[in-house]
Amino acid sequence: MIDKFVPSVEAALDGIGNGATLMIGGFGTVGQPDCLVDGLIARGLRDLVVIANNAGGDFGGLPKLIEQGAIAKVICSYPRATGKTAFDALLAAGKIELEIVPQGTLAERIRAAGVGVPAFYTPTAAGTALAEGKETRVINGREAVLEYALAADFALVQAWEADRWGNLTYRGTGRNFNPIMAAAARFTIATAHHARPLGALDPEHVMTPGLFVQRVFVAGSAL
Amino acid sequence: MTEIKGWSRPDMARRLAADIPEGWAVNLGIGLPTLVANYVPLDREVIFHSENGVLGVGPAPEPGAEDPWMINAGKQLITLRPGASLMGQADSFAVIRGRHLDLAVLGGYQVAANGDFANWSTGRAGEAPAVGGAMDLGAGAKQVWVLMEHVAKGGVAKLVERCSYPLTARGSVTRVYTDLAVIDITASGFVLRECAPGLSRADVQAVSGAPLG
Repeated sequence: MIDKFVPSVEAALDGIGNGATLMIGGFGTVGQPDCLVDGLIARGLRDLVVIANNAGGDFGGLPKLIEQGAIAKVICSYPRATGKTAFDALLAAGKIELEIVPQGTLAERIRAAGVGVPAFYTPTAAGTALAEGKETRVINGREAVLEYALAADFALVQAWEADRWGNLTYRGTGRNFNPIMAAAARFTIATAHHARPLGALDPEHVMTPGLFVQRVFVAGSAL
Repeated sequence: MTEIKGWSRPDMARRLAADIPEGWAVNLGIGLPTLVANYVPLDREVIFHSENGVLGVGPAPEPGAEDPWMINAGKQLITLRPGASLMGQADSFAVIRGRHLDLAVLGGYQVAANGDFANWSTGRAGEAPAVGGAMDLGAGAKQVWVLMEHVAKGGVAKLVERCSYPLTARGSVTRVYTDLAVIDITASGFVLRECAPGLSRADVQAVSGAPLG
């Protein structure tokens, strides 16, 4: 029997060690796997590389993880928050590295890793500071920038519903980076709001096939 | 220099909204551009896109009817209008980068006479740069209109020959709406199309950093 449900956050995060590269889903607070990020804080990790659109923001558990000094490098599109954050202070002190990536390029680099495309050309950022040092080519009369696929050791994703095979649905704008991160990471850990019996999710409505998911934690679920 | 007064911020948004035709798919940037949606009546069917994964953004929710799962790219609570669809980042940026978006309305620090624009970084040390989807919109939308104040604080012109701030995209802006004027960008540079009420071409030219044709 395939059963990816785990009984606790600790069990869900088992195996994540120092130096791991982590993708964390979410756009703003929506679709961000808060309980898993909070669980990382308790593990006292170091030298993590975090790929998350709003890393550096002032919401959820990420700021605490940053403050703790657990993160060596952040890859994101929008690290800015209202007001000064621990991230700003560490960045100014040179204690955290930042790779800033246009949001669509970030999404496509993650997607590329999940679909086995090692690199691609895009017109986004051509002629800007974010293309400096990168290979470019003129394709169909337009300059395009070579961007590499972005994979990770682990993805932490937030779903709405999940079954024991790891099939996931998302709600509202909570889908965002979660499906592409689930496919791009070598090991994907999902948290969901609702556990469903196998077969209860309409196959037409599964948004992330369970094959891309290795563990699922649902708070308060006995399924 | 006497201070000249043009359109208010709501009037700027209203002026731009008047030029969006029915049927267009439009992304509104964070800040002032977001106001544009308030001036497109629901019966003029414009499909508003939000890069976090929505086509068909509706009005702000009534108090008590908020859904915390529904936000826009500015992280404000939204509603969906009938006909809306939700998607992940791969599809949402396919909309932008695949050239399916008719228009992006973005804020700006500077717009140049060659259509270059800068809106993501002042290049100052000590500020974490934050690009979000601006470069994707700048390179991917079929048209980019910039909505911004005509002049920066301190009287510095924002319409310039060449941008001095780090670029967002090259050569993509086709029109600029400011508090003072509506200006097209053509192969020969800025072309003044309309002045705010009470202002003359000379008034607008005097606070612009490049010739207005």
